[in-house]
Amino acid sequence: MSSFLLKKIISLIITLFVATGVIFILIEVVPGDPVAFMMGLSGSTEAADALRIELGLNVGPWARYVDWVWGMVNGNFGISYTYRVPVIELIRERALVSVPLTVYALFLSTAIAIPAGLISASRRGSLVDTSFMGVAQLGVAIPNFWFAILLVLFFSTTLKLFSASGFPGWDAGFLICLKALTLPAISLALPQAAILSRVMRSSALEVMNEDYIRTARAKGLNKNQALLRHGLRNAMIPVLTILGLQFSFLLAGGIIIESVFSLPGLGRLVFQSIVQRDLIVVKSIVTLLVFSVVFITFIVDLLYAAVDPRLREGN
Amino acid sequence: MKIINLIIILFLGWPSIGWPMTLNVGLQLEPPNLDPTSGAAAAIDDVVYGNIFEGLVRINEFGDIQPSLSLSWDLVNNGKSYIFYLANDVLFHNGDRFTAADVKFSFDRAKSNGSTNAKKYIFKPIVDINIIDPHTIMITLDQARPDFLFNIGLGDAVIVNEDSADRNSFNPVGTGPFKFVKWVRGDRVELVRYRKYWGPSVFLEGANFKFITDPLSAYTAMKAGDIDAFPNYPAPENLFLFKNDPDYEVVVGLTAGETILATNNRNPPFDNLLVRKAIAHAIDRSELIDGAMFGNAVPIGSHFAPNHPDYIDLTGLFPHNLDEAHKLLLLAGYPNGFNVSLKLPPPIYARRTGELIASQLGRVGIKVKIENMEWAQWIDQVLINKNYDLSIVSHVEPMDINIYANPNYYFGYDNDDFKKIIFDIESSTDAINSSQLYKLAQKKIADDAVNGYLYQLGKYGVWKAGLKGMWANYPIRSNDLRGVYFVGGEQ
Repeated sequence: MSSFLLKKIISLIITLFVATGVIFILIEVVPGDPVAFMMGLSGSTEAADALRIELGLNVGPWARYVDWVWGMVNGNFGISYTYRVPVIELIRERALVSVPLTVYALFLSTAIAIPAGLISASRRGSLVDTSFMGVAQLGVAIPNFWFAILLVLFFSTTLKLFSASGFPGWDAGFLICLKALTLPAISLALPQAAILSRVMRSSALEVMNEDYIRTARAKGLNKNQALLRHGLRNAMIPVLTILGLQFSFLLAGGIIIESVFSLPGLGRLVFQSIVQRDLIVVKSIVTLLVFSVVFITFIVDLLYAAVDPRLREGN
Repeated sequence: MKIINLIIILFLGWPSIGWPMTLNVGLQLEPPNLDPTSGAAAAIDDVVYGNIFEGLVRINEFGDIQPSLSLSWDLVNNGKSYIFYLANDVLFHNGDRFTAADVKFSFDRAKSNGSTNAKKYIFKPIVDINIIDPHTIMITLDQARPDFLFNIGLGDAVIVNEDSADRNSFNPVGTGPFKFVKWVRGDRVELVRYRKYWGPSVFLEGANFKFITDPLSAYTAMKAGDIDAFPNYPAPENLFLFKNDPDYEVVVGLTAGETILATNNRNPPFDNLLVRKAIAHAIDRSELIDGAMFGNAVPIGSHFAPNHPDYIDLTGLFPHNLDEAHKLLLLAGYPNGFNVSLKLPPPIYARRTGELIASQLGRVGIKVKIENMEWAQWIDQVLINKNYDLSIVSHVEPMDINIYANPNYYFGYDNDDFKKIIFDIESSTDAINSSQLYKLAQKKIADDAVNGYLYQLGKYGVWKAGLKGMWANYPIRSNDLRGVYFVGGEQ
């Protein structure tokens, strides 16, 4: 187990290091000068030069790369060009919206998808199965931003139960924030639940044909008992893989939903930073996202080992 | 029953009773920082100008210069020096007393070598700042400059406090009627009434500026009641939905934004006046305004705001006339037209107008290829490297006709007669003379068809019925809330 961990950690570090190089080069190639952007259509060149020195943009790319990576190793992500506050503070503020939103959305999607997938699998071909999978098909097909707009038009502008946009901030109270995140979480969860329930169903159907399920049935368990007690753990492996991917996707991929609801999340921060050429923020967030994807994959690997003891042997 | 009430309050928030004393204002763009003396973002002035920060003078809703921290002033020394008589008993939000030393500090700071003030040119002509007493200050310029007074009314010239100036970007401290509370980045900036404000007391208890980028979200936020006022509503296409609703008021005004078909005068075929005139005849402004702006804009014939007293209407100079355009192209040696690119920045007005312009120029044989780009790319390619044929952009700076006097600007217009006019304007102390000169300047660039002059960008104010005192126009970018109040008692 410990050599398994060590190997994973080393590959995590190498991946991150390679990623910083790729990210830096890509961002260097992008046309557009952050200083020119900040000075607008009629800014003076003198002020632009002063600003360039202030932001440390007057040195060569190699020096900037070394500064950046060394800073991150020491926990210093630099100062945002446009906001003029430490990047880490910006990311922390945004993560306090994006992470809870992602967790909320995943919670909703698993809460819907796993029971729906299992019920469909155990009653394969029934009316319940067809209608569940029909809804799932629809859920995959509907663009989530459109669904989000429908939710807003119904719950916010017509019923006036929720506010249409914005995030009050956690100091306003947990329930108030939870409420602000509810419509966005539903909009994010629906398509994910649709995908997940289909994976759950097919994975459960697959294990239902395994020998050990037949043995369990032969010992006198009914179909549902066999599925829940013996099938579920085995059927979870593909579901966990998808969940891990969905977590990373939702963390920054919620950008459209964040825009619809005007939520100050990570996705919008990345987008805004790209538009404003706040390159130091872009670099840091992308690095952080790479880190989180690698880290989540690592956690999923550990979970595989937890649900399936055979994977702990080190293969 | 009590528990149910508690749940309702916890979950749905307090029911809104009576009129909202704290105004929720919607803005499309979030400011990058809150220091109006750094950078050029109009979004900064949208929040802070007149609310948190004040200058020696203040520009009001109609573009007039009003007394502010300077209660009055004298022009001496043949117009070269200004003596400002400052208000007494003014406290900054950090409790420091405002004196002439703060004026000197603010202007010296803006003028210094390390200054990142985007309008440094305002302060360059200052040769001496003399503190006569704590409430009197004399500022001497290199020559008489009548536009100096207007310029120091801009957000770039607000008075800051020495102790707090370096932190204004995230914790702004000014002398205005509202005090900064907090900034939830990506969501809102909160202001509260400053109880020790030196001027007349304001009506609002506070204001939250909320940032809503998406036009559809702006609509839903207004309709859901999250926002009381959207001073510059981002979607002219659905303004009619509010016009038809008695709960809202729609006020279409003007911005200082001249929307132009920017033309690269350096390169052929646009170095040829005949070609530029042909384009001017090919443009159908009313079609652009109806098609791109849903009728909510005012046509212009030169680079000047129609609500300015010195404005002259030159829209009739090159009337929409395809035969005339064809004739001019033939004369210029392009009987079959030519191919050009049209580089468009992201704002929706530019994209929509761009498509219509492409089709209008197509009718006279000019084949336009549209290239959509983001702002940073546009600034790089069009503004700085001048690598473009045509573009569409709104020049939102107030009174910016002087940009045509700079031959290195991206239009590439290099005309000595025009430079002379601007030079005379900058040194004229006679108001009547300067008004004549402004008219001459408008006529000159219109005659030379430097750019295609399309329309003045509108300001689309939408707010709850009963809300009074919001600005109808944007002579400069500001949402000064000092005069805003609710009537009727209901939200």
